Amino acid sequence: MLNSSLSELSAALAGGKLSSVELTQMFLARIARLNGALNAFITVDEERSLECARRADAARLHDAVGPLNGIPIAHKDIFCTSGVRTTCGSRMLANFTSPYDAHVVERFAAAGAVLLGKTNMDEFAMGSSSETSWFGPVRNPWDTTRVPGGSSGGSAVAVAARLAPAATGTDTGGSIRQPAAMSGISGLKPTYGVVSRYGMVAFASSLDQAGPMAKSAADLALLLNVMAGFDERDSTSLEREPEDYARDLDKPLAGLRIGLPREYFSEGVDTDVAARVCEAIREFETLGASTVEVNLPNTRLSLPSYYVLALAEASSNLSRFDGVRYGHRAAQYRDLLDMYCRSRAEGFGAEVKRRILIGTYVLSAGYYDAYYLQAQKLRRLVARDFAAAFGGCDLIMGPTAPGTAFPHGANTDDPVQMYLNDIFTIAVNLAGLPGMSIPCGFDSRGLPVGLQIIGNYFSEARMLGAAHRYQLATDWHARVPTETPL
Amino acid sequence: MNWEIVIGIETHAQLAAASKIFSGASTAYGAAPNTQASAVDIALPGVLPVLNKRAVECAIKFGLAVGATINRRSVFARKNYFYPDLPKGYQISQYELPIVKGGSLTILTKQGEKTVRLTRAHLEEDAGKSLHEDFHGMSGIDLNRAGTPLLEIVTEPDVHSAEEAVAYAKALHALVRWIDICDGNMQEGSFRCDANVSVRKPNAPLGTRAEIKNLNSFRFMEQAIQYEVKRQIEILEDGGKLVQETRLYDPDRDETRSMRSKEDAHDYRYFPDPDLLPLEVSEAWIEQVKGSMPELPQARYGKLIAYGLLPDQANQHMSSRESSTFALSAFTGASRNDIPSLSNWITGPLSAKLNEESLEFAQSRVTSEQLRRLVARIDDGTLSRKMAKEVFDAMWSGEGDADAIIEKRGLKQLSDSTAVEKIVDEVLAANAKQVEDYRAGKAKAFNALIGQVMKATKGKANPQQVNEILRRKLSG
Repeated sequence: MLNSSLSELSAALAGGKLSSVELTQMFLARIARLNGALNAFITVDEERSLECARRADAARLHDAVGPLNGIPIAHKDIFCTSGVRTTCGSRMLANFTSPYDAHVVERFAAAGAVLLGKTNMDEFAMGSSSETSWFGPVRNPWDTTRVPGGSSGGSAVAVAARLAPAATGTDTGGSIRQPAAMSGISGLKPTYGVVSRYGMVAFASSLDQAGPMAKSAADLALLLNVMAGFDERDSTSLEREPEDYARDLDKPLAGLRIGLPREYFSEGVDTDVAARVCEAIREFETLGASTVEVNLPNTRLSLPSYYVLALAEASSNLSRFDGVRYGHRAAQYRDLLDMYCRSRAEGFGAEVKRRILIGTYVLSAGYYDAYYLQAQKLRRLVARDFAAAFGGCDLIMGPTAPGTAFPHGANTDDPVQMYLNDIFTIAVNLAGLPGMSIPCGFDSRGLPVGLQIIGNYFSEARMLGAAHRYQLATDWHARVPTETPL
Repeated sequence: MNWEIVIGIETHAQLAAASKIFSGASTAYGAAPNTQASAVDIALPGVLPVLNKRAVECAIKFGLAVGATINRRSVFARKNYFYPDLPKGYQISQYELPIVKGGSLTILTKQGEKTVRLTRAHLEEDAGKSLHEDFHGMSGIDLNRAGTPLLEIVTEPDVHSAEEAVAYAKALHALVRWIDICDGNMQEGSFRCDANVSVRKPNAPLGTRAEIKNLNSFRFMEQAIQYEVKRQIEILEDGGKLVQETRLYDPDRDETRSMRSKEDAHDYRYFPDPDLLPLEVSEAWIEQVKGSMPELPQARYGKLIAYGLLPDQANQHMSSRESSTFALSAFTGASRNDIPSLSNWITGPLSAKLNEESLEFAQSRVTSEQLRRLVARIDDGTLSRKMAKEVFDAMWSGEGDADAIIEKRGLKQLSDSTAVEKIVDEVLAANAKQVEDYRAGKAKAFNALIGQVMKATKGKANPQQVNEILRRKLSG
């Protein structure tokens, strides 16, 4: 059961083979056994989860229920959940309980899913290793001396180690895809605006997008069907006809044109990673797809553009954490300014402070034009690259990250090296495009490698369909981490 | 030494919307602290702003009323600064691209009409309130006001005296109420002005300015500007230098005090708010708003003038849309000769009654039509002014129309000349002494005789007619 797909679990529940309570207990037991070593969850409320499960079981008796009814889901601790604290991996919010549910949380609750717990993450989603959490680093189940990627590392590890059948994540510059790649699972960042940001603690509003993390593309499709949809409480939410993201799962790959960006196969990519990605692309060709070389010449500019825009927005988004109304307030202070300074100095970790400082700097009088406006221009160039590339292909593929999981502490003293982890993922956020990562093999150390699939706007169903065909032909996604056997 | 005074005015008008500009919380005034602050208003983690359409419509109305350009695309920006009553740590406002650009307002000063050009008007949210009393050395924060929709209206430096500034503020105050976008309640802070004041020698470049805040009444505005101008001129004439600063007017001491200088000014780090898409206003939307707008003051004023009123008189009916509506409705169908008198009745006795009972024109106990018929009875000689006042009071008390009251109270003025002549003859016969005195040159005796005639007619005679008849008979 721990290794079953969502459809298998759904069928088992529907067929009465097991109850949601039993299923939930199974995962809670595994969390109790393994979370100490992995630190994937910040908060687990067993009683509440079981209560959810009992309600799902009861609902099944007299109502027509959806495919996710009774299935436990873990939420990244960036989504507000009423009654369960929402920390965002920060001391600032260590004791914060939201009075309301995020849109995504509401959607899963309405679908009858069981809230299994809140997963660990880089503080305020700022990081690529899940090491910056106030609640300690998350450990990679393939090698616990290594990071799982980030910022949605807790969700990635929860799924990889089979502590949860599926999880939610958020992706501002790669925070779903990069940990999915490093932890050996599948993750999808939808087109910007497909999933409402309401109730998601903001990092960089114009880039943040929630998405599903699971063991397979087929599972992602079921999850996205629940998460996606217009929400009038988010002005950037897109008002579109609901669609079935699973509709292309059975579509053959014949005729699919895969664009291979020269820039994604250049130096700086680990040789094992490059080899696994090339093998995966050959598999797609075997399945009937064709490949074409495309150019994304402004890829190298996406990193500086991202780190100006994302940090500018973050510096403003995090201003509300001032210790006045909620969140951490210093125990002692002299006056108002001192209260702000101490509360924020104590409440935020080093990486968050670094980003607030950079973001504040780039927005300051006299620097705005040189940084923010230039970065906006680069952002448009990056988007234009993709528009041109999609003129000649249906999907773009390449590595999700240049390397595999690195040891804890390896990049903590070198923020730029850490930021380079996102070199292949952030352009997708800048352009607002959908992107996903699926497992495509292992490096020589036995660490998972991720294949990134980038689609044009609203082509999630197509991407999921292609990934699903690949996963029917391979079994990389079904491998269970060596350190957390079933 | 002659100095030219240069003033630009920024006004925050609270828009007449039932809910806040980015949340569904109520904007009603006077609720218990923090009871009208939603999750969005207190800036909980994860909440997002959603623009209130009604606030946008108010801004469009204003733009149309002042002949401005309505920008088809405007952008909300974040103005970043820390303050406990600013929950998000930034205020959402329009910065580089406001919704309303340009336009102008005509004001009436002692020197005549004058046009004040507007720079812009933009939408923004209000902050909450910090309360520094009653908290034993701590501060209280009330976020009921946080997120209240405001329109900030900015003029060019076209105002050149305290008197003009007040005339502008009054004209703007009347306009925003006229078009129903602001209740104009200055005590509750619905209409607040800041004045940027500087002085210079004629033709010299603009002088260093001081921004005076906290002008929440027209009188304070006038006093503050007068004080500030005097202060600046004194410093300059003493050879001193001014610093650019923000000053606060203290009405108790009638002086302005420095609040902060330019050096302490915040760097607000404005940037477009990524939570809100650029505001797109379609031509169709503008047309729809245009269709919902009342006739504008300029057009109304023109109509009043067309009825033959003098500018001052016409202006007295322009204090509100209802006031002008009442006047025009009274004038419609009135004889041309009655218009000045009707106008006086409206601005005089009727307004006095309304004030006395705190009623709006729409709630007047005497309708415009009733008033018109009353004045017609004065014009045709039926009523004397004194009798008319009695009839008016009776009408106000709900005794019906003028004619009914005249009938019921027997108030008809005696204008049948033969009847009056008969009474005059009787009075002359009975008052031989006065007649003698009058003929001997004592003018006072004439008035006594008129008094006797009026007494004999119980006040119903037309005094003018009595005067004529009496004069004729005495000279005969």
